[in-house]
Amino acid sequence: MADAESTNGAASETALVARLRAGDETAYAELVRTQGGRMLAVARRLLRNEDDAADAVQEAFVSAFRAIASFEGGARLSTWLHRIVVNAALMKLRTRSRRPEVSIEELLPKFFEDGHHVDEPAEWRSPAQLDALERQETRQLVREQIDQLPADYRTVLMLRDIEGLDTKETAELLGVTPNAAKIRLHRARLALRTLLDPHMRSRGVA
Amino acid sequence: MNCRECTDFLIDYLNGDLPAAQQRVFEGHLQLCPPCLAYLESYRTTCNLAEKVREEPHEPLPEAMVAAILAARAVKPGKTD
Repeated sequence: MADAESTNGAASETALVARLRAGDETAYAELVRTQGGRMLAVARRLLRNEDDAADAVQEAFVSAFRAIASFEGGARLSTWLHRIVVNAALMKLRTRSRRPEVSIEELLPKFFEDGHHVDEPAEWRSPAQLDALERQETRQLVREQIDQLPADYRTVLMLRDIEGLDTKETAELLGVTPNAAKIRLHRARLALRTLLDPHMRSRGVA
Repeated sequence: MNCRECTDFLIDYLNGDLPAAQQRVFEGHLQLCPPCLAYLESYRTTCNLAEKVREEPHEPLPEAMVAAILAARAVKPGKTD
């Protein structure tokens, strides 16, 4: 069943791409209506600003329209568009003036000279306990803490853990080596863990 | 291995990228160090919680935006035909 659906999806996608390449106006409208909502959600997540997100989506679609001839059937159309809107959002992020932000060092775990933890890590609530929490409420909390991360760290965490890009793609978009992207991601996760810690300890919601 | 080194290796451990010998040392430390075990679990939960942000529901694009995007397509910079 799922295979049949996926085959039908692939077939209709191939047909849509063919119509786009032929300059069919209704195909462009269909593409924008079917993919636009998801792309706007991506841009909003990365940019946290309605106007910038709307601009990024528009720029992404204009880029996609121009590049549709080079779209290769190997990737899903939605995946291809996802990469384009991520790129458009990153370009916008780079032009923004930076707000004052906390140093990453302040958010990393502290160790004594002998390598032991300064603050003994407490147990967090179990995945089952977390599942029982209102999902929307948990997402909101996590979002708020991600927003506290310094920009470079927030971006790498968004690209890898939320947008699901792999290390190589992330490194290319950020203009760093894959190893540098991995180290930055690790530090971003450590910092996010520090920020979530007061809210996630098994004693209860802070 | 101490707790600081154990923390450094978390990402490679969870990716399955630690060489076998290093993984044995890492897991040996975890068995003896409940704080690092708690830290590992909270790090893993942090990754899982971040992934859940992706599940945010999205709405259809407002029609005004659809119209603006389609209008922008009509303007083709650099083309004079």
